Amino acid sequence: MATGYLSLIVLLPIAAVVASAFNGGVGASWDAATSPVALSALKLTLISAALVTVINAVMGTLIAWVLVRDSFPGKRIVDAVVDLPFALPTIVAGLTLVALYGPNSPFGINLAYTSAAVFVALLFVTLPFVVRSVQPVLHALDTEMEEAAASLGAGAVTTFRRIVLPNLMPSILGGVALAFARAVGEYGSVVLLASNIPFKSQVMSVFIFSEVENGSPHAAAAASVLLLAISLAVLLAIRGVARLGGNR
Amino acid sequence: MAISLHNVHKRFGDFQAVDGVSLEVPEGSLSALLGPSGSGKSTLLRLIAGLEQPDQGEIVIGGDPALGIPPQRRGIGFVFQHYAAFKHMTVRSNVAFGLTVRRRPKAEIRERVDELLGIVGLSGYADRYPAQLSGGQRQRMALARALAVKPRVLLLDEPFGALDANVRAELRTWLRGLHDDLGVTTLIVTHDQEEAMEVADQVVILRSGRVEQAGAPSEVYKRPANDWVMGFLGPVSRIGESLVRPHEVSLSLEPEGDAVESMVSRVVHLGSQVRVELELAGGGGAHAQLTPAQADELELERGDIVYLKHAPAAVAVSA
Amino acid sequence: MTVTRPARFGLRAAALGYLALLLLLPVGLVFEKTFSQGLSSVWASLTTPSAVSALWLTLEITVIAVVANTIFGVICALALVRGRGRGRWLLDVAIEIPFVISPVIVGLSLILVYGTTGWFGKWLVGHGVSVIFNPLGMILATVFVSLPFVVREVAPVLREIGTEQEQAAATLGASRLQTFMRITLPSIRWGLAYGVVLTTARALGEFGAVLIVSGSIAGRTQTLPLLVDTRFYAFNSAGAYTSGALLAAISICVLLIMTMTAPSKRRI
Repeated sequence: MATGYLSLIVLLPIAAVVASAFNGGVGASWDAATSPVALSALKLTLISAALVTVINAVMGTLIAWVLVRDSFPGKRIVDAVVDLPFALPTIVAGLTLVALYGPNSPFGINLAYTSAAVFVALLFVTLPFVVRSVQPVLHALDTEMEEAAASLGAGAVTTFRRIVLPNLMPSILGGVALAFARAVGEYGSVVLLASNIPFKSQVMSVFIFSEVENGSPHAAAAASVLLLAISLAVLLAIRGVARLGGNR
Repeated sequence: MAISLHNVHKRFGDFQAVDGVSLEVPEGSLSALLGPSGSGKSTLLRLIAGLEQPDQGEIVIGGDPALGIPPQRRGIGFVFQHYAAFKHMTVRSNVAFGLTVRRRPKAEIRERVDELLGIVGLSGYADRYPAQLSGGQRQRMALARALAVKPRVLLLDEPFGALDANVRAELRTWLRGLHDDLGVTTLIVTHDQEEAMEVADQVVILRSGRVEQAGAPSEVYKRPANDWVMGFLGPVSRIGESLVRPHEVSLSLEPEGDAVESMVSRVVHLGSQVRVELELAGGGGAHAQLTPAQADELELERGDIVYLKHAPAAVAVSA
Repeated sequence: MTVTRPARFGLRAAALGYLALLLLLPVGLVFEKTFSQGLSSVWASLTTPSAVSALWLTLEITVIAVVANTIFGVICALALVRGRGRGRWLLDVAIEIPFVISPVIVGLSLILVYGTTGWFGKWLVGHGVSVIFNPLGMILATVFVSLPFVVREVAPVLREIGTEQEQAAATLGASRLQTFMRITLPSIRWGLAYGVVLTTARALGEFGAVLIVSGSIAGRTQTLPLLVDTRFYAFNSAGAYTSGALLAAISICVLLIMTMTAPSKRRI
């Protein structure tokens, strides 16, 4: 019964996209998905997602550290705030970014219609993933290993580098995978600020949307399949690295 | 290097873990910190290691005051009850760790690790991961790791607590042998009095954060400082005014002199000895310890009436 | 490991500063822009016919999606953890799909299946059922994107508690339904609650997929997020901020409930 529900809701529609993508023959689809506009959108999408993911790996781990190992008044509120990008509708996130970085920005920063807008939007929505992935692992980490390292002469930085980080790495990579997947497909928060300027600030999701609006569902499907294929490849690669690094 | 503590105090919130402890650990000795849970023995060890800071008092290691010095620079080796193995590193990398962070040359590290693995009996295991070792092997690895940097002082926090009984016994003997070979001042925390008595030159008995008595095993056993110490170090029975050890209770089937009347409530055959549990006529219980031969001769059963005396020398048996 | 005091303050400042700048500042601005118009203006914005219908539609769709995915989620978790069929790996993989797929692609996929030229198009038209440009399509889209949460929260709990309690209930004479209601369900209630809250948050906020399948027709197929979008493009920025603030307020309430039901492993 579960499989039936799942098939109807998820698998069937996905199959339709794949079918439609190859509808005009592989050649036509490939052309549609790799037109200059599409490729430019793909490039922007992947580069922004990659950049944002790297920043999240660092800041996410740092924030998780502070939440688990530090204590200060109001820490519980800060912990709750981390989930804000997850709870907030993407369009509202987009609106907040327009407020701060748009034409009427109180700080005079105007990123509207630029690729930097994409970057900022993605940074907002992908914040929680690495933090939430690392937190439980850090919480459960055996501090005796760190004490042993100290007794053997390792300072704080060395201990972090050689003991804590290797043990956190699988969870960091897990969070990175989720963040990347989200960043690559993000729509609502990006579209208001970056808008839809081909070759400049258009990401894949916006490109696909405009193809649908323009009545070219096959081209949209082709681009979708390309995007999904690339995301899948990257996710498998990240999981491969995690496994190589250490699943003991 | 000797360790010297003077009037050390440590409190956690409302709980006074260490309450004015002064102690001397002679250089090259193996001393045991013995006590029940909550007696402060682990805290004391961690204070010496620098993993906790005392509220009051002095700690001196090898003539150098330790106040304000972090664990990295105290020249100690520390072994944890649950091994604290670096689970993401091989055995070799674990043992090498102290030398690696001191940036010793690779050849030197390799040689020293091989030497240590030989000493602890893990020579073929260098490239395994801790998860692939048994508990006893992991603890030996932890010891090798601690010894690699030639510590002045070796601190062991209930090192055998997480192991099976027979592995424990084996490692105990092995540790004593290792200590005799290497001669490093060693301090071991344990709640097992048998372990402390078997392994240590000096036993320090702690209760509620204070030292009850410190001395050689035979000394504290034969001349306990107070009733509590006597009871902690082994089973005792109260006969009349005194506390008596089970092997110093003599049983006979005939009343003689000031022997106390009692009834056998249970006879337990423990292999190499037989324990007889008794209810005393005037109230209270007692234990007697007999050899199997003595027990056979007396043919005791539940409900039998026997007469007890305190016989400090050998157990006298009369039928 | 002991971090020195200055280092600890540095890390704390970096973390808090980043969070404040990235999250609190923008969201705070939305509320500022909303209330700087004055309360009566805010009220007027919130009570236009399209705004009211958008709010109702959002709530209706969310409730339906949450209920459907909760029931499915529990059944699916049971199938994954306790089941023995060979197709379980497929279930496992398929559950992850809504996480990695762009909402725009979701919308597209639904058009391709249920649109007039789609796979079921002719059949649906023949039976007078309209999915695209209709709330039904929006429900399907919302269910799609919020599918995995209950499963993902309940499955590990089920795995952890094991079958012993259920077996004990069986030996004592409980039927399967009784065992489920009295033993299984109570033991997963916290995982379930958290999963439901996450599903709600996701369903409330869905935008891209719903935009494509609904056509954002005011008063009929326009949810609150879609209303924000429409007002923004109509240069009604005051209206957009107001509806945005309403959504933000609702999300913050959901966030608070999220925090309270979050699994204790994460607890500070």
